[in-house]
Amino acid sequence: MASYLLIESRDPFDSNDARFCCELATQLAQQGDAVTVFLVQNGVLPARVRARANELSELAKAGIEILADDFSLRERGIPFDRLTPGVKSASLDVVIDRLADGWKAIWH
Amino acid sequence: MKVLNIIETAYRATLEEQDDTGVWLAYTMKGVGADLDVLLRGNAVNYAVKGQDASGLQFGAWRQTQPPRLTEDVSNLISKGVAVFIVSEDLRERGLEGVPLVEGLTSVRRSELARLFGAYNQVWHW
Amino acid sequence: MSDKKTLTFALMDAPYENARSTTALRLIQIASKRGYDINVFAYEGSVFLAFAKQQRHPNAMHGRNAEEENHVLTKELVSSLMQETVRNGGKIDWVNCGMCVDERGAGEAVEGVRRGSPADFWKMAEASDNTLVIGTRG
Repeated sequence: MASYLLIESRDPFDSNDARFCCELATQLAQQGDAVTVFLVQNGVLPARVRARANELSELAKAGIEILADDFSLRERGIPFDRLTPGVKSASLDVVIDRLADGWKAIWH
Repeated sequence: MKVLNIIETAYRATLEEQDDTGVWLAYTMKGVGADLDVLLRGNAVNYAVKGQDASGLQFGAWRQTQPPRLTEDVSNLISKGVAVFIVSEDLRERGLEGVPLVEGLTSVRRSELARLFGAYNQVWHW
Repeated sequence: MSDKKTLTFALMDAPYENARSTTALRLIQIASKRGYDINVFAYEGSVFLAFAKQQRHPNAMHGRNAEEENHVLTKELVSSLMQETVRNGGKIDWVNCGMCVDERGAGEAVEGVRRGSPADFWKMAEASDNTLVIGTRG
């Protein structure tokens, strides 16, 4: 079993390929890997509660940890307590933690 | 250490650089002994299409003498021993089924990517 | 205090073009505060992050002169991160891809940045605990 950190900087409103991370995260989890999706930059835009085209809750239901960079959220005026269910705010330190722990890190 | 390099963005500055800088980097690292392979996904699957011609750029008296030859570069990667995977659905979505492609590619389905990634120590997305 | 690690970052984006360069520097900042050993391979436009000739300018929209605007100069962020890393007991090797430097005329970099090649990047990655590539987009 491997551990993957998928850093998602794209959002589904601007990029059709934002689905890549969601699909990959699901596949990896299904094969038994640990997966964290870390949203950063505009990647946090779908984390606003009631944002359209939101697959993030489905990922969370599948047991995938979804974190959103607290600075990116604050920068965009997205309150930490008004996030899509399943998404938690987190410090960018988590990315360095996971890199230090040897997680396979893929920036998208 | 075995690394899979994902190339997705296509035709970004390839005319100015005269190659794709992700393909170039993989080729160069292989040349110094790196153990790596390449996955073409998204628009970069178009790099495998034969018959591309980027020649003829001219600005005033300046003429480009070495246009990019992306398909040839992909082929050279394969000749150098780099496995080049290509996502089949991305080809199909772009109308590339049945279109002549570079020889030696290894087709993978999206559903196989997780397993493919598991075969590498690191996965770098350029 | 965290165990000491060695991390390598590969960057591609020029400053002032998109959010990726800032996020990359934020990540390097976190690693530098921890005293990690850090390698940076600056590829393509990111060779300009450490370009020594960056200059401040005023901002008429904000009604600020150059001093008041205090515009971010990424060369200063790079220098500051280098100092922070050393101050916290780490080492930092910031390598600009030589060919990328040449074609962009970006040869003048701040002190501590050296010129290198993809061979350097591969060596850095092999010798690191982990590597993060922050690719660019067209």
